[in-house]
Amino acid sequence: MNPVEVAGVWKFYGDYPALREVGFAVEAGACLALLGRNGAGKTTLLRILGGLARPTRGNVTVCGAESRDRATRRAIGILGHGISLYDELSAFENLHLFARIYGLEAPKRAAMEWLERTGLERVRDGLVREFSRGMRQRLAVARAFLHEPSVVLLDEPFTALDDRAIALLQTLLRDALAAGRTIVISTHQLREALELATHVALLVRGRLAHSGERTAEMLEDTGWLYRHYGEA
Amino acid sequence: MAVPALRRSLSFAGQSLTIASKDVRAELRTKEALNASVAFALVILLLFSFAFEPTEVETRQISGGLLWLVFAFAGALILNRSFARELTNDCLDALVASPISGAALFLGKAVANLALLVAVELICLPVFGVFYNVGWTRQFWPLMLVVLLGTWGLTVVGTMFSALTVNLRLRELMLPMLVYPIMIPGLLAAVQLTTPLAMGQPLEGDLIPWLRLLVAFDVIFTALALALVETVLVR
Repeated sequence: MNPVEVAGVWKFYGDYPALREVGFAVEAGACLALLGRNGAGKTTLLRILGGLARPTRGNVTVCGAESRDRATRRAIGILGHGISLYDELSAFENLHLFARIYGLEAPKRAAMEWLERTGLERVRDGLVREFSRGMRQRLAVARAFLHEPSVVLLDEPFTALDDRAIALLQTLLRDALAAGRTIVISTHQLREALELATHVALLVRGRLAHSGERTAEMLEDTGWLYRHYGEA
Repeated sequence: MAVPALRRSLSFAGQSLTIASKDVRAELRTKEALNASVAFALVILLLFSFAFEPTEVETRQISGGLLWLVFAFAGALILNRSFARELTNDCLDALVASPISGAALFLGKAVANLALLVAVELICLPVFGVFYNVGWTRQFWPLMLVVLLGTWGLTVVGTMFSALTVNLRLRELMLPMLVYPIMIPGLLAAVQLTTPLAMGQPLEGDLIPWLRLLVAFDVIFTALALALVETVLVR
């Protein structure tokens, strides 16, 4: 069984079908680049995979269970558009909070470990609202990876990141792949995504236009996929 | 970190307390809702005291109603912030995606709201006693029981609708419009109990059915909220 399986998924917002019979699977240790133009349904699909929304029709399983299953949620790490951190809490308090919520055995140690890993240990007691954008982003990356998820879902992860945070995220993603974890990454930044991806899926107006392995020609010419499978 | 260690979940109560302490800590750092709620409650108490003659017996006879109007209006300011606080930086998504159950998340938020609301009420009560010439301490513990039960009812209904209206642009308006009609039985019971208790009457006889109504209201709406909150959070 694959860690991520999507079969015949439809999602309607009112009468509008944001996803139309989407189906694919991602193997363990694979990185799927979920591509598509604005409004193609990438975020909707990632929200369904992350258990933040329910499909109107179809089935989604993550790690062999429904994505709202408690054990499944523990196995998923999400980095969405927002940093998902509390401005009124310190860096340590934020990571400690999520370490407790995820039921880590030593939440304080885990929080400190990730503060060190992201270079934020010196500002551990500083409130997030006082942080620079780059520091907030690194802390957000730490929050998403804190519980060492076996499936990582990233929605436009490189868009708002500074250089240091991009380097950190790329290192963490390569480590995760090397450790056999599964990654689904939605992005417009084709170069970064395709360098990392082992597979690609292209969504066009909610439909899966192409799904398969990432080929060398996609990497050499990042527009290739859109020209062959996308809309004119 | 070993996977088995990750699988060891926090207990339901532990998860709720984690959320409650996070909410209280965040509110105490900014005091946004708390300051607004206390100020609003004190202003209403002051304005009502101008409208009603404190020496009149009639004033004391409606004192319970006045007090609960103040609690309900001031409470809406705290309840509105409950889930709205989670919108900043998309924190609600991180909570909903986490392994915490919707019921534990709701209960944690309700407990935090209860603590904040009770703090506002404890500030208001002495002011209420002075402005309306009411010896509210004569039946102190029974009155505290009623305040706690009434506030829990308000908190449960308010927290649930705070979750429901969190994505609405007019949520500050919608929350009171939805909460107050549903609160009528709970508020009615709380008012009927508070007035005699504030006048020194013991909690017995005719007051017991109102106490039962208040307890039943709390139990029913707590059970409903815990059962429905998951549906409200994941659409």
